[in-house]
Amino acid sequence: MTVSVEPTSVEASGSKDPQALRPHAEHAFAAELTALAAQDDRPRPARWKLSPWAVATYLLGGTLPDGTVITPKYVGPRRIVEVAVTTLATDRALLLLGVPGTAKTWVSEHLAAAVSGDSTLLVQGTAGTPEEAIRYGWNYAQLLTHGPSRDALVPSPVMRAMSEGMTARVEELTRIPADVQDTLITILSEKTLPIPELGQEVQAVRGFNLIATANDRDRGVNDLSSALRRRFNTVVLPLPESADAEVDIVSRRVEQIGRSLDLPAVPDGVEEIHRVVTVFRELRDGITADGRTKLKSPSGTLSTAEAISVVTNGLALAAHFGDGVLRPGDVAAGILGAVVRDPAADRVIWQEYLETVVRERDGWKDFYRACREVSV
Amino acid sequence: MSDDTTWGKAHASGPLLLGVRHHGPGSARAVRAALEAARPGVVLIEGPPEADALIPLAADPDMRPPVALLGHAVDEPGRSAFWPLAEFSPEWVAIRWALEQGVPARFIDLPATHTLAWDTEPEAPSDEDDEDGADDEDAPDTEGEPGAVRDLRVDPLAVLAETAGYDDPERWWEDVVEHRGPGRRDPFAPFAALEEAMTALRERYGVGGRPRDLVREAHMRLQVRAARKEFGDAVAVVCGAWHVPALREKAAVTADRALLKGLPKVKADLTWVPWTHRRLARSSGYGAGIDSPGWYGHLFRAPDRPVERWLTKVAGLLREEDRIVSSAHVIEAVRLAETLAAMRGRPLPGLSETTDAVRAVMCDGSDVPLALVHDRLVVGDVLGEVPEAAPAVPLQRDLAREQRRLRIKPEALERELELDLRKETDAGRSRLLHRLRLLGVGWGEPAVSRGSTGTFRETWRLRWEPELSVRVAEAGVWGTTVLAAATARAEADAVGAGALAEVTALAEQCLLAGLPDALPLVMRVLADRAALDTDVGHLAQALPALVRSLRYGDVRGTDTGALAGVAAGLAERVFVGLPPACAALDTDAAEEMRGHVDAVHGAVGLLAETLIGTSDTGQRDLRGRWRSVLRTLALRDTVPGVLRGRAVRLLLDDGELGPEEAARLMGLVLSPGTPPADAAAWIEGFVGGGGGMLLVHDERLLGLVDTWLTGVPAEAFTDVLPLLRRTFSAYEPGVRRTLGELVRRGPGKNTGPTTPAAGLPGFAAEPDTGRADAVLPVVRLLLGLDEVREHEATHDNSLTGVGA
Repeated sequence: MTVSVEPTSVEASGSKDPQALRPHAEHAFAAELTALAAQDDRPRPARWKLSPWAVATYLLGGTLPDGTVITPKYVGPRRIVEVAVTTLATDRALLLLGVPGTAKTWVSEHLAAAVSGDSTLLVQGTAGTPEEAIRYGWNYAQLLTHGPSRDALVPSPVMRAMSEGMTARVEELTRIPADVQDTLITILSEKTLPIPELGQEVQAVRGFNLIATANDRDRGVNDLSSALRRRFNTVVLPLPESADAEVDIVSRRVEQIGRSLDLPAVPDGVEEIHRVVTVFRELRDGITADGRTKLKSPSGTLSTAEAISVVTNGLALAAHFGDGVLRPGDVAAGILGAVVRDPAADRVIWQEYLETVVRERDGWKDFYRACREVSV
Repeated sequence: MSDDTTWGKAHASGPLLLGVRHHGPGSARAVRAALEAARPGVVLIEGPPEADALIPLAADPDMRPPVALLGHAVDEPGRSAFWPLAEFSPEWVAIRWALEQGVPARFIDLPATHTLAWDTEPEAPSDEDDEDGADDEDAPDTEGEPGAVRDLRVDPLAVLAETAGYDDPERWWEDVVEHRGPGRRDPFAPFAALEEAMTALRERYGVGGRPRDLVREAHMRLQVRAARKEFGDAVAVVCGAWHVPALREKAAVTADRALLKGLPKVKADLTWVPWTHRRLARSSGYGAGIDSPGWYGHLFRAPDRPVERWLTKVAGLLREEDRIVSSAHVIEAVRLAETLAAMRGRPLPGLSETTDAVRAVMCDGSDVPLALVHDRLVVGDVLGEVPEAAPAVPLQRDLAREQRRLRIKPEALERELELDLRKETDAGRSRLLHRLRLLGVGWGEPAVSRGSTGTFRETWRLRWEPELSVRVAEAGVWGTTVLAAATARAEADAVGAGALAEVTALAEQCLLAGLPDALPLVMRVLADRAALDTDVGHLAQALPALVRSLRYGDVRGTDTGALAGVAAGLAERVFVGLPPACAALDTDAAEEMRGHVDAVHGAVGLLAETLIGTSDTGQRDLRGRWRSVLRTLALRDTVPGVLRGRAVRLLLDDGELGPEEAARLMGLVLSPGTPPADAAAWIEGFVGGGGGMLLVHDERLLGLVDTWLTGVPAEAFTDVLPLLRRTFSAYEPGVRRTLGELVRRGPGKNTGPTTPAAGLPGFAAEPDTGRADAVLPVVRLLLGLDEVREHEATHDNSLTGVGA
């Protein structure tokens, strides 16, 4: 299961800027990190703020010997966090893969905060990310007046992480153009960053490592070359394991979003939320919840994030145009839109699902009818 | 505990008791080391004593583990138990050691004579036995193993593991026992420590919910005592760790004898059979109790650095499958596995650490290649071999008995056998032959029946070739009776089948061979395949065969409820998938699809008839939904003409579409806006396949075709001609002539005006009583009506008149 547990109360003492809309992980959870560091007597790799064991505890939650409760940041298979932390400890770069909405960025931020105490050495990958964002740029005023020197150099977050032995983060690695991606190869294998203009180089200090995140559903954006791929240990963050857990995530997020959008409160939508989650899970997994019937999976991702948006839409419909109760009709169109991405193939899959699974299910009659209405 | 005292205790004061975990490579290594050190005069092993005579076969060069000792009741081969032995089983190591050293080896467990007899009467607290006893969840070999000991029974290792703070007993055992390298220290120390722990457990839990153990242990004690009389203290015993405290216990001989009195008995026979790693794995249902025989085998074989060797092996496998895995990957995977083990506080990377490392480093986080690694390496494809000298497998005996019972002798001479399935014996023969065919024993081949074509008749061509005996021996892997073996084989075939049609054929065979137990799984596979198959053609092909089996099952009185459900589901998928699949097809594909539409139409009719009895409302209006699919096809412009025409025709035949509507649709297609080739194809679909009479009787339709044909431009006519020729040349000569005459006469000049009041188009308003009367004598004869009721029959003649 994957859920990003948002901090419910921000410890004001740890936050540098109390006005910040969203404080960094290391500030929001400063108290927990300090408590962990105080109790942590296991060996720490060079320049790590905590031992690997303590980092895993920080992410997965637990109670320390002195009674301090560590909230779980990532609720999911323990194995995944252990492999991720161990990877960082063996100075291999870590690649977090997953469909949108599986808390990749969240995990990477907390890993960086726990390992290096700083999650801000971040390169946001876009189609326009230049080489300078990964290597270094120049302060041209300096360059023109004093000529090339280390002072005229503007280091990238990755370069700073190398020289200080910190953890750098690269978001959406596959969106970065292939030639820019390739600059990472030298950094990851040789652990040096040459500066030919000055005839110098920056050597990574022990403790340096890199966490990248990528979306494995958007194929072909800029697939990683096998040379680069080889430098990473890959961890795939899975979708929630059980239906109840997913319903829980969806209703919690829907509630939060609803509040921020000032939607009128809709009393009881749990049944419909459960239904949406069930439909999404069944189609995604290619098997019905009772494990009896196999299904074809449509081309869309059908992630938890999409279930959330379907329900939010449904709520808006119910609040503004309906009778204020979330009904099957309110979510049917949203589901259809999420499932049928490819009009030819997905429509057949959806209809087959309607006819073979939904039609026969007890208590789903209204839903079946609503779906038939929008599907035909 | 100090090593010196335990050594004294373990050896000097009595027999050397080596408590093991079955199939534990660490145990196996420890047993060998202990035997080497102690050099006993006799080795006693937990296992059925009837197999003593088979022990020398283990040294045969043709004997290759994994193998199993198969015990079965002589009169009832279905009652059987297996004692599987892998290369890394401590028992196997002990047997081999004894044979190499020329030391006698003996099995000392309770004889299979009794254990097999036990199978019928359930053990008091809980019993997991299947009724046929073929699954040996409870077979004597599984004792003391964490995997086999479940639920109500006390799992000794789970208790120990929990005490040590582990949540998984397997992992605890691995860390404590299996992952310790070959003993550098005292070879007896691990056994002494284990015995101490087990003694504590036995004191606390007694027999752990298995009262039969007491009887078995009494027998083992007696055997050990007998061996000590013969060989003194130079006796080594290899048995499940759980039994060690009981064997150490000093019990009175008379008390032990008393326990063994009056045990039920059956005549039992034992032999070696080949076994596979897959069956050692728990997932296959045989429950020998280990998840990862391949991994254990590796741990046992690897001389050193097991993790490095394992990961190199994994890399080799992935490379064979065309994944790019370099030595650098292996290095990184080893580092990751070792660091993970350190982080998890384990002495050495275990299977879970290496698997995590392989996933993260070599498989890009994906579970797909990992599944391959699990299948090929962690479980493994290893197949054991048994020398030819091993006694006959029970399947041969069962076959011989069946042949006697059904009075059907294997003869080398070819002969034909006519079976009337309504007779008990003949039905039995048919089932036997079908089952043997499933098992690859081609004794009989079905032949075309002469004379009668009824479904209750079958003709077989029989011929027994000598090599068929070999086939039977080979088929022994599948089970101990023909029925069980055929069932197992059918299930395995279903899982391995590639195409949907194969599974449907298999379902048909299961019905013919009378294998009701295989049907649920075959049906499940069928449903799964159908759900995932995106080609409507495959589905449409599978449906008629399935419906046919359904009818066949009725004839033979088989329960076909599951089959009907699957068939209905299949039909549903065809309905959904057909309209999109019919768009944008070329001529050949359209022609093929027309065949599918016809086949599905027929199958749906039969299926709906079969389903009438069922109460499921969803399945009842199957015909109605099929008609709405046909309607969609008929009206959609992207559907090729031949299919549209066919759909209209089928609807017309079913009375679903009025002749008016059909004529309107035809007029639409034959109007000048439609390309002539498309229109000709429509006509082929509509009146092809015996539709000539339709044109003969409905002049309006004929008129439409006639008008259209005369309007086809000259240059298009040559394109249309072959199609039309194909359509019309298929008609019977009589129909062709009538059509020709009608066309020559021209429209409107037929015998009577086709007014709406006339009822059926093409028929006169009033029946021709003169012609009808002529048929009456024959009808009377057919119906067996006597003179008195002749009167009523004449009144009812309008119907027969139409029929004439």
